Amino acid sequence: MENDKTTPESASNEKSRRHQYWEANIRYLMILLAIWFFVSYGCGILLADWLNQFRIPGSGFRVGFWFAQQGAIYVFVVLIFVYVWLMNRLDRAYGVREDEG
Amino acid sequence: MDVQAWTFVIVGLTFALYIGIAIWSRAGSTSEFYVAGKGVHPFANGMATGADWMSAASFLGMAGLISFSGYDGSVYLMGWTGGYVLLALLLAPYLRKFGKFTVPDFVGDRYYSGTARVVAVICAIFISFTYVAGQMRGVGVVFSRFLEVDITAGVLIGMGIVFFYAVLGGMKGITYTQVAQYCVLIFAFMVPAIFIGIQLTGNPIPQIGFGGELAGEIGSRIAAGQNISLLDKLDQINTDLGFAAYTDGSRSRLDLFCITAALMVGTAGLPHVIIRFYTVPRVRDARISAGWALLFIAILYTTAPAVAAFARTNLLTAVSNAWYSAEAAADAGDSDPHVVPEWFRTWEDSGLLAWVDKNNDGRIQWVGSGNAAAPVISDKLEFAPDDARGEFGQRLVTSSVTTDNDNELYVDPDIMVLANPEIARLPNWVIGLVAAGGLAAALSTAAGLLLVVSTAISHDLLKKLVMPDITERQELIAARIAAAIAVCGAGYLGINPPDYVAATVAFAFGLAASTFFPAIILGIFVKRANREGVVAGMICGLAFTAGYIIYFKFAGGAAQDYFLGISPEGIGTIGMMINFMVAFFVSYITKEPPQEVQDLVEQIRVPKGAGEAHDVNA
Repeated sequence: MENDKTTPESASNEKSRRHQYWEANIRYLMILLAIWFFVSYGCGILLADWLNQFRIPGSGFRVGFWFAQQGAIYVFVVLIFVYVWLMNRLDRAYGVREDEG
Repeated sequence: MDVQAWTFVIVGLTFALYIGIAIWSRAGSTSEFYVAGKGVHPFANGMATGADWMSAASFLGMAGLISFSGYDGSVYLMGWTGGYVLLALLLAPYLRKFGKFTVPDFVGDRYYSGTARVVAVICAIFISFTYVAGQMRGVGVVFSRFLEVDITAGVLIGMGIVFFYAVLGGMKGITYTQVAQYCVLIFAFMVPAIFIGIQLTGNPIPQIGFGGELAGEIGSRIAAGQNISLLDKLDQINTDLGFAAYTDGSRSRLDLFCITAALMVGTAGLPHVIIRFYTVPRVRDARISAGWALLFIAILYTTAPAVAAFARTNLLTAVSNAWYSAEAAADAGDSDPHVVPEWFRTWEDSGLLAWVDKNNDGRIQWVGSGNAAAPVISDKLEFAPDDARGEFGQRLVTSSVTTDNDNELYVDPDIMVLANPEIARLPNWVIGLVAAGGLAAALSTAAGLLLVVSTAISHDLLKKLVMPDITERQELIAARIAAAIAVCGAGYLGINPPDYVAATVAFAFGLAASTFFPAIILGIFVKRANREGVVAGMICGLAFTAGYIIYFKFAGGAAQDYFLGISPEGIGTIGMMINFMVAFFVSYITKEPPQEVQDLVEQIRVPKGAGEAHDVNA
C-alpha cells in the first residue's frame, strides 16, 4: 500500500524499526494484561475468599467482594487510558503517528 | 400528572428526538451506511458503543440478577466490562487500521478464503439474531408494563422506530441516535439509584454508599439503632432467612473463572461491538474510544451492584415476615404490626410479585436456597382469572405450588430496577423516565445488531461473494432492503419469542468466544496463522461449544455431568482454547500464508498509513 521508493539500506532499517515498535507494543500488552488478569481473575475470583477476611478501611466492603463488583471495573477503565497514553507516546517516538510527518 | 401521562410524554419526546436525529443524519453512501463515513468523534463513539452494548437486559435485568445471586453475580459485572480491555488492547486499533467494513471482511481477506468468510457471515448473522430477539421482546415488555399497550403493539411501535432510523440512516443514523439514547438511559438509571442510595445510606454516590453504614430514612429504620454497614446487615439478614451470605458465592471457582472468561472474550468477539471501532477516523481514535466506551459503561456497571444490594436489603426487610393486610394483623392481636408496603400490591397486580400463603398465617415467609429464594411454584407463574382473591386479599395463582420448602414469595428479578422509583417514593416523572431508559437501552442495541445483519447480507454475501459487479447505489439499496427484512424478522421473533431466548444468550457468547475471537487474534498477532489452521480451529471450537451447549441446554443433559463442573455459560472458554490449539497446530504443519497476506499483517500492526484504507470501494 505504501509506494514510497526506498533504498535497500533504509528499507532494512525501516524493517528493524518496525520490529522494535512491535516488540515494545507487545511488552506493554503483556504488562497491562497481567494487571487485567490479576485484578479480575486473581483478586476477584481465585483469591477472593482469602481477601474477604480483610476490609477496605472505612467501609463495609470485604476486599475480595469489592474487587469482584467494583474494583476490577475501575482498574479496567484506567488500564485502557494508560494503554492509550503509552501507545501515543510510542507512535510519536517511532514516527508512525497518523497525520504527522 | 399521573404516571401514565408522564410516561407517554417522556417516551414520546425521546422518540421524537430519535426520529429528528435520523432525518438529520441520513446516509448517502455505502461508507456512511456501514461505518458512518468513518467520521465519528471518539467521544461520541464511546457513548454510542455504550448504548449499543447496554441492552434491555443490562438496564432492567442485571441489577435484579445480581441481587438474587450475590457474589456469584460478579461474573456478569467483570465479564461484560473486562472484554473492553481485550478489545482496546488486542483488536480495535488493528481492525481500524485494516479498514474495510465488517468482521467477515477481515476474516475473508486475512485468511484469503471464501469459506472462512462464509463461516464468519453465518456466525455474525446467527449471533446477532439471537440477541436481537431478546431486545424486541424487551421493547414489548416495557410498553406493556408502563403504557398498558399489549406486547405485540409495543413490538410493532419499536419496529417502526428502529425501521425509520436504521433503514434511513444506516450506521450514521444509528450512531447519533445511540448517543442520545445513552444520555437517556444513564440518566434514567442514575436518578432512582442516587435517591435510593440516599434513603438507605445517606450517601448520594451509590458506589460509596454501597460500602457505607446504614443511615438515611429507610436505612436507619433497618439498622434499628446499630452502627452496621449495609453489606454486613445484608449478610446477616440473608443467613437468618436461610440464604447464602450475600458476599459469599455458591458456584465453584473454576466455573466462575470460565464464565467470566467466556463473557469477556465473547464481548470482545461480538460483531456489533467490533464494528463500532471501524467508525472513527484514525487508529488512535479507535484506542481512545474503547476507553470512553468502557468509562460510560462502567458508570452503569458499578452502580448496578449497589442498586442490587440496596434493593435486596430493602425488599427483604420490608417484606419478610410482614402481614399482608393490616386487618388480619389486628384480628390476630398484633398491636404494632409490620405490614407490607403499598407498592407490594401494585407489583402484585402487574404480576412481578406473587404470594402463596402456604401455612395460612397471613404473613409472608421468604425462605432462601443459596442466594436465590427457594422456588414457590414449579412451573410458569399463572394467576387465577378475574382477579380472584384469597383470604387476605392476595391474588391467587393457579400454577402448581411446591411443597418441599416453606418459601411463599415469588419475585421477578426485574422488579429491582422497575420498582425502585416507587420504593424510594420518587415523583411520577421518574417512573416515566425509567420506561424511556429501558426503551432506549433495548432500541439502541437492537439497531446496532440489525445493522450487522444487513451489512453481512448486502456487503459480505451479495457484494463480495454473489454479485461483485453491483454499483455502490445498488449496494446501498440492497443494504436498506436487508435492514428492512432484518427488522421484520426481529419483530417476528419479538412477538413470537422462542422458548429458549435466555438459553441462546449463552450460545451467542460461546460462539463469539470460540470462533471470532481466536481467528482475529491469530490474524493480527501470529503471522504464520494460515487459512487451513484458522478454518480448522473455528470448526473445532464451534463444534465443541455448540455441542456442549445443545447437549446441556436443549437435549436434557444433567448438571452433575458438566465437564469439570463448568456450566454451559462458561464452556466458550474451553472452546476458545481448543480453537487456539488446533489453529496453531494445523497452521505450523501446513504451508505458510502468501506473501501479500504477510505484508497485510505487517501493515495493520503500524498506525501510519491508515488513511489509505479509507477507500470506499476497498
